[in-house]
Amino acid sequence: MAVALVILLVVIGSVIFHYLNPWAFLPIASQWQFIDVTVYITFWICGVAFVILGAFMAWAINKYKYREGRFSRYEPENAPLEKWLTGITTIGVVVMLAPGLIVWDDYINVPADAMEVEVQGEQWTWKFRLPGEDGIFGTVSTENIDSLNPFGINEGDPHGEDDILITTNTLHLPVDRNVKMLLRSKDVLHDFWVPRIRAKMDMVPGMVTYFWFRPTEVGELDILCAELCGKSHFNMRGTLYLDTEEDYRNWLSNQVTYAEMKAGRKPEEPIVAEGRMVADKNGCFACHSLDGSATVGPTWLDMWGRSVEMTDGTQVVIDEQYVRESIVDPTAKIVAGFAPTMIPYELSEEDLHALMQFLQAQTSVEEATEAL
Amino acid sequence: MAQAEIPYQESMELSHPHSWWTKYWFSQDHKVIAVQYGITAIAVGLVALVLSDLMRIQIAFPEWEIMSPDFYYQAITMHGMIMVIYLLTAFLLGAFGNFCIPLMCGARDMAFPFVNMLSYHVYLLSVLILLVGYFVPGGPTGAGWTLYPPQTITAGTPGNEWGITTMLASLAVFIVAFTMGGLNYITTVLQARTRGMTLMRMPLTVWGIFMATFLGLLAFPALFVSAIMMLLDKWIGTSFFMPAIVSLGEHLEYSGGQPLLFQHLFWFFGHPEVYIVALPAFGVVSDIISVNARKNIFGYRLMVWALVAIGILSFIVWAHHMFVAGMHPFFGFFFATTTLIIAVPTAIKVYNWILTLWRANVRLTVPMLYALSFVLTFILGGITGLFLGNVIIDVPLSDTYFVVAHFHMVMGVAPILVIFGGIYHWYPKITGRMLNDRIGRVHFWITFLGTYIIYFPMHYLGFIGTPRRYFDNLGVSDFYPMSAHYLNDVITIVALVVGASQLLYIYNLVYSYFRGEKASPNPWGAASLEWCTPQTPPEHGNWGDTLPTVHRWAYDYSVPGHDKDFIAQNEPQRSPA
Repeated sequence: MAVALVILLVVIGSVIFHYLNPWAFLPIASQWQFIDVTVYITFWICGVAFVILGAFMAWAINKYKYREGRFSRYEPENAPLEKWLTGITTIGVVVMLAPGLIVWDDYINVPADAMEVEVQGEQWTWKFRLPGEDGIFGTVSTENIDSLNPFGINEGDPHGEDDILITTNTLHLPVDRNVKMLLRSKDVLHDFWVPRIRAKMDMVPGMVTYFWFRPTEVGELDILCAELCGKSHFNMRGTLYLDTEEDYRNWLSNQVTYAEMKAGRKPEEPIVAEGRMVADKNGCFACHSLDGSATVGPTWLDMWGRSVEMTDGTQVVIDEQYVRESIVDPTAKIVAGFAPTMIPYELSEEDLHALMQFLQAQTSVEEATEAL
Repeated sequence: MAQAEIPYQESMELSHPHSWWTKYWFSQDHKVIAVQYGITAIAVGLVALVLSDLMRIQIAFPEWEIMSPDFYYQAITMHGMIMVIYLLTAFLLGAFGNFCIPLMCGARDMAFPFVNMLSYHVYLLSVLILLVGYFVPGGPTGAGWTLYPPQTITAGTPGNEWGITTMLASLAVFIVAFTMGGLNYITTVLQARTRGMTLMRMPLTVWGIFMATFLGLLAFPALFVSAIMMLLDKWIGTSFFMPAIVSLGEHLEYSGGQPLLFQHLFWFFGHPEVYIVALPAFGVVSDIISVNARKNIFGYRLMVWALVAIGILSFIVWAHHMFVAGMHPFFGFFFATTTLIIAVPTAIKVYNWILTLWRANVRLTVPMLYALSFVLTFILGGITGLFLGNVIIDVPLSDTYFVVAHFHMVMGVAPILVIFGGIYHWYPKITGRMLNDRIGRVHFWITFLGTYIIYFPMHYLGFIGTPRRYFDNLGVSDFYPMSAHYLNDVITIVALVVGASQLLYIYNLVYSYFRGEKASPNPWGAASLEWCTPQTPPEHGNWGDTLPTVHRWAYDYSVPGHDKDFIAQNEPQRSPA
């Protein structure tokens, strides 16, 4: 009796929990509501099966509880019953599968009018590229990738010059337009996922994967990495803004093309350029940006000479002594708001010197005077 | 006439022990080897259990800062791999397989007792190599138990220095051990059954282990070659799985490899692996339910064919783990369809367990409680599988806590409950003593209800989008409300209680070995052959001078017109009146 009752309570409790708990799909912000519909169909069929099976089990345990000397009914097989059950199960499976496959067909066939956006995943940030005015992406090669050419665009490809590059972990898209996301990775597997869009797909180095959707609401959405991509996987976050057409145009007009990025670059002194090489080779840019965006580690833009709060509440001035210590012993003093994930580096004195020059060059003269 | 044939093992020469070492350490007795496998698997399983509780503390209380991201990712990897391979596979096949197959088939021992002994020691070696990972520079690998390249061997992943090598080496060695054991199980079932034991008279436990072994022998080679290929990528610079990449700013010397190739190989092993664990559990549960319902298992023949069908189908569903991996999208149609087809034979098994209770005489012994809770847990884990197997539903739910909850229910908790039930069921035959009933019941209720409270609500965290394998940094945001943090706290507290309560079971095993009530030869009134041995526990060679003769199937319970409510398999048929 007690056991049957507990099993029954588990079944009933599960159903009640299903209806009362506060955790459900977030409000959808794309046209993929049919994904949600397929989920609800599955919920109903599976829920009914779960309740019937669980309740029958509880009933049978109670009804046929052990009595000394009683014999069970001897019935090795019951072919008609087994056929009925197989038939009903098959129907249930078909009713769940058929709509699922129809929606999947929709998911993998991109409408012809979709605008294309490229996402490049890398440990542990997101970069985005738009094809620019000519509507065609420049071709890319992995061997071209460095901090001056983050997407590895092939020099001499005219389609690449007007490509718009966004390296700040944020992307804006206009609502009510079909978007095809072209997904690439420069290092390991990642997965571009926005829970409120519902869609996701892994990014595989050496391949271009994709999904499409149509934003239906204005809003600010979380971008998550959904495929374990190393020790800072959980820090690989970004923001997707769904804008009105007008807001989107405004945002777009403020972005720089690859050509502008190259043109706007001041020539670097040889020692500074050498420092950039050191940072490139050691993978510093995986965590430290040069454009003010905070990723895994603090940005290097306008950092030099500033007083910054550490996790233990103390104030530290970012100078050569602090930076040198942070390279050799990264966890000694952590800037507030960041996780202690950096590993120690052993650099030669020559490299260190060049790196210091490069770091100082990232702080403009005005900023530096203000800090003093 | 088949019954007159002399069984293959009638006059088998046994390697009798001459010292403590050959009796308890290098024993060739399948029952000793079973216990060795069992103790080792439980011991390494405890390591994985402690890791899981540490991870739960980190998830619920990140502000305590008890671990680094590196430790966390190493813990998820080791926990997963230990539980799936070194506990579940090793226990269900190595312990139950070794103990049950010869006794249930009426054999004196495994077909190749020496290889069987080697199998255990090679398994022990693989466990030691695995644990060495914690003592090499950089620690064990933190790539996740799926070990996906390129990240397994690039610098941004913990353990890329040596840990990945010890992991892959350990897996390769484990597969050698499994192959030696597996060939034994197959050969023993096919060649060493006693007179009268036809295939369709075998208990479902043997059928389940037999099919699982087939799957293992066909599936593990895929893992073996991928482990070797990855070692070559790591150490001599081949590019099987490695395309040209820029890892943390450094251009690596790889080009032309395909990360998805590894995923296909891994899941060609990985999906059958689910059934390598599930099929023995199905078998054991069928037998425990039948014995305690005092009724034959409902639809025995269909149960056997369902096992065979599931085993075959399990080889053509693997890519449902890769729906969002970036493989060709048309694969989605095929693998979603095969995956949902496999639900039919699986559902039939569930129906038949439940229908066995119908018009039965249900005895709620402790093993029966574990078996019934398995059925409920498995139903829940099975139907959430229907969500994930339907390709389009997998898109929003994959890589979330929904997946975590699903696979823990279906291939974590469910088979573990069967292991508890199975040990409880056969303990009297193994040791000659009964386990303590009161401790057994307390442990059962904490474990069953506790795991349900841990995993049932976790599915809903998946719906809001909680990504799995996040060390921290979920914070409170639009997509992650404060209530989700509270739920995480609750889950962690229950997980700590359930984790600690496992000591009860272990205490029971040790206590009852010395102080337990003496067991009769057949305390559960079971009809299958292992309960008919001349001694309890059975001596080396199992059956005395002559092997038993089998006259009926293993499920003659409550046969009308009989005075007892079961008839042992070796009891002759009465001549028709």
